[in-house]
Amino acid sequence: MSDHAQALETTTGLDSRKLAIWTFIGSECMFFATLISNYLVNKGRSLVGPFAHEAWTDPATGKVYEPIIEIPLVTVGTALLLFSSLFIVLALYGAQKGNRKMLVGWLGATLVCGIFFVGMQVYEFTHFVHKGLTLQRNMFGASFFTLTGFHGTHVTIGVIWLATMFYLALRGKLTPNRSVNLEMAALYWHFVDVVWIIIFPVVYLIR
Amino acid sequence: MRLRTAAARRFAGALPSLGVLAVLALALAGCSPERYPQTALLPLSDFARIGDDVQDVTFYWALGVFILVEGALVYSIFRFRGRPDDPEPSQIHGNTTIEIIWTLIPALILAAIAVPTVKGIFETNQTPPNSMKIEVIGHQWWWEFRYPDAGVTTANEMFIPQGKTVEVIISSADVVHSFWPPRFAGKRDVFPGRETRLWWKADSTGLFPGQCAEYCGIQHARMAFHVRSVSTSDFDAWIEHMKTLGPKPAAKPAAAPAGDSLKTASAGATAPPGTAQQKDTAAAPPQGPEYAAGEKLFMTKGCLGCHSLQAANAPKGLIGPNLATVGARSYIAAGWLANTDENLERWIREPQAVKKGVLMPNLGVTADEAKALRAYLRAHK
Amino acid sequence: MATTAIDQHHAHAAAHAEKTGLWSWLTTVDHKRIGILYGATAFFFFLLGGLEALIIRIQLSRADNNFIDPDTYNQLFTMHGTTMIFLAIMPLSAMFFNYMIPLMIGARDVAFPRLNAFSYWVFLLGGLLLNASFLFGAAPDTGWYGYANLTSRQFSPGPNADFWNMGLQILGVASLAAAVNFFVTIVNMRAPGMTMMRMPMFVWMSFITQILLLLAFPVIAVALILLMFDRFFGTHFFIPAGGGDPLLWQHFFWIFGHPEVYILILPAFGIVSEVLPVFSRKPLFGYAAMVFSGVFIAFLGFGVWSHHMFTTGMGPIADTFFSLTTMLIAIPTGVKIFNWMGTMWFGSLQFKTPMYFAVGFIAMFIIGGLSGVMHSSPPADLQQNDTYFIVAHFHYVLFGGSIFSIVGGAYYWWPKMFGRMLDEGLGKVHFWLMLIGFNLTFFPMHIVGLNGMPRRTYTYPKELGFELLNQIQTAGSFVLGLAFLVFLWNVIRTSRRPRNAPADPWNGATLEWSIPSPPPEWNFDTLPKVSGRDPLWDEKRARGGQMPEPRAGTGAGIHMPNPSYWPLVTAFGVAAIFVGIMMLPKWGPWGIIVAVALLFFGLYSWLFEKGYSEFTTPSHGGH
Repeated sequence: MSDHAQALETTTGLDSRKLAIWTFIGSECMFFATLISNYLVNKGRSLVGPFAHEAWTDPATGKVYEPIIEIPLVTVGTALLLFSSLFIVLALYGAQKGNRKMLVGWLGATLVCGIFFVGMQVYEFTHFVHKGLTLQRNMFGASFFTLTGFHGTHVTIGVIWLATMFYLALRGKLTPNRSVNLEMAALYWHFVDVVWIIIFPVVYLIR
Repeated sequence: MRLRTAAARRFAGALPSLGVLAVLALALAGCSPERYPQTALLPLSDFARIGDDVQDVTFYWALGVFILVEGALVYSIFRFRGRPDDPEPSQIHGNTTIEIIWTLIPALILAAIAVPTVKGIFETNQTPPNSMKIEVIGHQWWWEFRYPDAGVTTANEMFIPQGKTVEVIISSADVVHSFWPPRFAGKRDVFPGRETRLWWKADSTGLFPGQCAEYCGIQHARMAFHVRSVSTSDFDAWIEHMKTLGPKPAAKPAAAPAGDSLKTASAGATAPPGTAQQKDTAAAPPQGPEYAAGEKLFMTKGCLGCHSLQAANAPKGLIGPNLATVGARSYIAAGWLANTDENLERWIREPQAVKKGVLMPNLGVTADEAKALRAYLRAHK
Repeated sequence: MATTAIDQHHAHAAAHAEKTGLWSWLTTVDHKRIGILYGATAFFFFLLGGLEALIIRIQLSRADNNFIDPDTYNQLFTMHGTTMIFLAIMPLSAMFFNYMIPLMIGARDVAFPRLNAFSYWVFLLGGLLLNASFLFGAAPDTGWYGYANLTSRQFSPGPNADFWNMGLQILGVASLAAAVNFFVTIVNMRAPGMTMMRMPMFVWMSFITQILLLLAFPVIAVALILLMFDRFFGTHFFIPAGGGDPLLWQHFFWIFGHPEVYILILPAFGIVSEVLPVFSRKPLFGYAAMVFSGVFIAFLGFGVWSHHMFTTGMGPIADTFFSLTTMLIAIPTGVKIFNWMGTMWFGSLQFKTPMYFAVGFIAMFIIGGLSGVMHSSPPADLQQNDTYFIVAHFHYVLFGGSIFSIVGGAYYWWPKMFGRMLDEGLGKVHFWLMLIGFNLTFFPMHIVGLNGMPRRTYTYPKELGFELLNQIQTAGSFVLGLAFLVFLWNVIRTSRRPRNAPADPWNGATLEWSIPSPPPEWNFDTLPKVSGRDPLWDEKRARGGQMPEPRAGTGAGIHMPNPSYWPLVTAFGVAAIFVGIMMLPKWGPWGIIVAVALLFFGLYSWLFEKGYSEFTTPSHGGH
């Protein structure tokens, strides 16, 4: 990030970079709102199974497809993602106070949670494909993979961003007067988490 | 660029007004709806009248507002014209009372428009009872019309009984189209996978053009159709005639009604075929050797792969229009090419040249073959 | 932020060295230069779109014409619409956002100068990709709005729709980046004393436009993604045979598309709101009402989208809802028109070229607005929709509205941007040719439309009677072409004149007129303090007369951000991703992988650019 922090007085007193992240997040809310509405519109329009919460028997072959959604693993991933938001708050606190141990520790924890979440999603996607649900299979598959896939992509970008921050922290470059950079990453990370908090019930819990 | 003489300046000053007058004159010259066979401004049905009446309301309010507001604008241009060395005008920042008034008045005008609008919305969405159903199926670049009660099918020329409400139930075989018979109704979009509806009761008889109104690919511009409104007795006769055009037994050609001649169709023709009664196939009409040659070509050139020659219980889902009555239609190639012998032959021989991109390929038909096919098809009325 | 004297000297030298040459343009982060880049590029695309229109008009000048074949025609009308909306009007507005917003709010640059450059380069690459399709004979041909399921792989097998999809996605990235930038700039970089309710109206309208961009573009981004998935990955979002629904595309598209038209018109509203007061010599009438009506229009603009879908048979409740919201939105629009006229009323009207275009804007926009009200009624719209009556409406608001206003803005701000005044005489010829040509071209469309001529048709039969009015329309379009040739001539002639325009040729009210024409790189020697809405008028009134001609200082102590080529590199990364997606069938994932690598390379180099100082610091003391 640029060397010189925001020195100019801003009209609101807020750092322009933080304001920019908030603005970007506002826009991303519409992006996910559209993806979520697409999911809601389409999830019931499948011509064939497998379905999210009901079993389906293929009339042609007689094969039975169990409900695709498996709650336990996703719940663990969700919990970890939620905790990771807490961890990054702690990491940011460490950065702001110049406590490098705290920063590196909690940032590392955040990163681990993020990586686990992405891993969980990759596993889940592969598992679903094996169970017969693909992007092309039916409308549920198309909407599910598109929605959760784009969320997962956002998480992945967050993981890369956090990994970069982690590297900088290890090198001692994330000083208190540069902590706004971590704050920006944290805001993005919280956003990604909030989106998941909406997706999780909408896709996994609500029938 | 300076205008030297006062006269030149006056002329230049008058130019704008002259320009406006010229535009208006030209516009009005082209204005009268009678010049346009496909006009939406001369409603010929109850449904069309609903829309037309609402449009009149909006138009007259719009015209009134236009005259007032543009007039005020033009007035202000002249009245408040200033020179650079004029004193600074009074620095008015606003006037709450006036601003409230000119917010409320438009709101009231809009309310005046909203009332007949909402009424019209609900009226047009409510099909009157005892309507006759006609299925309209849009295809890339022609129109299929099926009469479910009678079990008959035709294409591109829709017969309807004057004075009786018809309800069209509209769907698409491929992409999104829009069915628009402006003399009778506004348009309704045509979707694959869902049905939309329109209804109307025709005031009078005649042949009226319509067109696809949703861009649907390369030949969207040439996806026209006609509505042929006939008296109820003529309509019933037509239905009866269509029922006779069933699956063809081996060597018996479809019955052409007696008294009908192989004359070329012309726009606005109102005499429907089938007025003479030929209940069943039976009688052999006067067909020449061309007809027989044409029949043979039709069977062997692959035409039956896309076209059906039977009006009664015609198969569904064919790529090409039903040809049971193609000989009698006023237009071919979907409602825009006059159905002359010459045009029909050209259409058969080089469809890609006539309507590039049409799904009918050039089949390598020679001029003589085209004549024979034309004679064969001409007999199908 | 203490820097050594040597640092300062280097920075000073680097920042203020005479910047000429191609490289200086490729690496510029100066909002003024970026504005000029946007303007020149947009004007070029505008002429291209105009050429497409002229060819269309030639084809339509005769019934059953075969000047061009239907395939070419369909590509031309698609590209004409796409070009004019995304490559002409929006970037022309962006030219003014870029050049004028920092000046009008008393800032040295935008909040993120490199992001600003990035936006421009992404825009350029998007426009080039869209038009590169012509080289493959595969220009988009499914309309600027790309209705499903015509755009499915089954019915559009060629790459045309992919060029369109990818091009629009790239342009979306450019718009979003710029929107974040201008949003933050306007919120956070105003001069001391400039509260929101003291901002110039152009800044307000631009601010609302950025919010619309931020909220509307993600919707079409998703729609385009879904279409891409249908075309490349075998999903069926818009394909009925697989459970999808073409109507869903229409909903998503118009949820974007309607706010988009406000994106196209609000900056034009803003420009007119600047020009009218200056040339009426009195303040904008009803400033607060103008702000709130703009906000209301933007907000309500998200609630009217299905008025584009009245013919789809949504049912009476939906029809009624959208009809009423559409009528409602006419009220704040009408308020604006009346407030503009209230500005003129009792003024001392100075008819210089910018004023001609501003008044022309009002006159033409009234007509467009009134035909819009006619469309708002579904029973009537069932006849009007998809005919030339609609084509007339939107050209009156987009050309008669946006373009008239933007052209007026060009004449108004030309001296500030280029240090030269465009010729008044030629300006007036331009205006009259444009007004006459415009009305000749588009007024008759109301008539042919209501009399049965549908849109997007490459020809029509003679017996339908459309030929006479179409001939008039074609003649008018050539008059329009001539008008822009006159403008071009004016531009060329002016460029040969000495660069001696005064700082304040029009007796302006806003801050941009207080600095030299053109301004120095750092804009203001001293950042201004503002205590009213028309700060320059206030100052001149306090002085009892005109301001003395300002002279640019040395810029000593003012640190401007350095040029950088990373925005350009990163922009290539973004564009390459979408090209990679298009080439999936041929290149597999490798195109995308290389592109992502390029993107990360550019992005990280940008973020970690050595010794880079993005944010300008005020000269110490702020005298």
